[in-house]
Amino acid sequence: MGGEEIDITTKVTAERIKKYLEQGKRFDGRKTDEFRNIIVEPNVSNKAEGSVKVKVGKTEVIVGVKMETATPYPDSPNKGNLMVTAEFLPLSSSRIELGPPKFDSIETGRIIDRIIRESKFIELEKLCIKEGEKVWTVFIDIYTINDDGNILDAAGIGAVAALKLAKVPKYDEEKEKVDYKEYTGKLPLKEMNPFTITVHKIGKHLIVDPTREEEDVSEARISVGSSEGIIHSLQKGNSGCFSAEEIKKCFEIVEKSWKELFKKVNAQLK
Amino acid sequence: MTSNFKRPDGRKFDELREFEAKVGIVPNADGSAMYRSGETIAIAAVYGPKKMHPQHSQNPEKGTLRCTYNMNSFSVSERIRPGPSRRSTEISKITEWALEPVLMLDKFQNMVVDVHINIIQADAGTRCAGINAAAMALAHAGIPMKDMVSSVSVGKLDKTIVVDLSKEEEDYEEGEGPTDIPISMTHSGDITHFQLDGKIDSKQLMEAVELAKKSCEQIYEVQKKALKDSIDLTGGED
Repeated sequence: MGGEEIDITTKVTAERIKKYLEQGKRFDGRKTDEFRNIIVEPNVSNKAEGSVKVKVGKTEVIVGVKMETATPYPDSPNKGNLMVTAEFLPLSSSRIELGPPKFDSIETGRIIDRIIRESKFIELEKLCIKEGEKVWTVFIDIYTINDDGNILDAAGIGAVAALKLAKVPKYDEEKEKVDYKEYTGKLPLKEMNPFTITVHKIGKHLIVDPTREEEDVSEARISVGSSEGIIHSLQKGNSGCFSAEEIKKCFEIVEKSWKELFKKVNAQLK
Repeated sequence: MTSNFKRPDGRKFDELREFEAKVGIVPNADGSAMYRSGETIAIAAVYGPKKMHPQHSQNPEKGTLRCTYNMNSFSVSERIRPGPSRRSTEISKITEWALEPVLMLDKFQNMVVDVHINIIQADAGTRCAGINAAAMALAHAGIPMKDMVSSVSVGKLDKTIVVDLSKEEEDYEEGEGPTDIPISMTHSGDITHFQLDGKIDSKQLMEAVELAKKSCEQIYEVQKKALKDSIDLTGGED
């Protein structure tokens, strides 16, 4: 505590981060393409159809899946709906202020939405109750608990893990009501792991999984949603730029990191 | 008073759900805590004292306590829309009123202490769990306090007074139905928060207050222990 806390990364620190990277080093001793320790804790909220807590170093998010019945969209009368929201809680950092959602949280929700949707990870056509009238809506809600950088990738891991744990509640056709106490089976998913991995550019250096300080210094980032080498979504962020050569390198880093995540996350879901 | 009413989970009328308290769960925060009662889980994080913005909200006489209560959308059976609601706005204010009496904010002129409460899993009694967690988080943050605050919900189910209602009990519809009475008090017994929904006479209501007092005593001991346990006596960091 104390009155005037500096909660931005200072220029001195920024220069130091860059100096370290010149020698291929980071403050916490990681390699440039190395993630922090990942802990996946399943079933943290028992009213959710599936839930998970993901820790990436000191960064922590909780992701929950809820299901509700709704009318389908006119352009997909036989498919379930998907909705992803992210709330950056003021609880998770002194930087996050109360008030309407800021750009960061909107972008996180949208990026995760796109990778889940575009990879067709959820078999939405199996979530139709009555064509044109009633389908399931799958809500993926992301909450930050502690922000120490790279919330986006942590949220992506959480979304995939929470979906894998999710069960479909029972729909009572006579009463036209959902019985949340009974489940009819697992959420229909494809055999895949559509994680989002973000590569950041600091000076000439490309790194993954930045801490808060590193993320502040990042000039540009590229978030790649992929599964087994197939890219389903991509977004470049911030005002810096990448050369084609750098983009190629980013893809290599993403592929390597994906393999690492795949092993670590799935081992903890069993 | 003692009818042959049986609690669905077999608890005695004055028996709390299994509960636990933990301090120091949000590394970024100046103070943080978790309180769980049965299947209700609340976490709270404190940031501050820090300068109050905007400036016109500053109080030159003393510091301000600002609480925000927020429920995770998936913490209940039927998903709730993320973000503030009329209900959460009221609970936030009531939490401030419950905690302010023990805080010594007179030395923090023009400053604000933010308390953020997040309900991860809900099975009734979330505001009480939130207040319990918040009180611990404030102590953990080193905000000067005169006393601790403990909170519990007492209920009347038909004609029987019981403590720490579960959701199933809260939905009890037989006889006179449920009366929900969340109460918070300091360790010295001052009531700082008191609400009621239902139907009860004043005699039984006093019984409810007595029961809350007894229960808060038990909660206080657990809160105190969690705070003591959070202090590292080996002289290491954190």
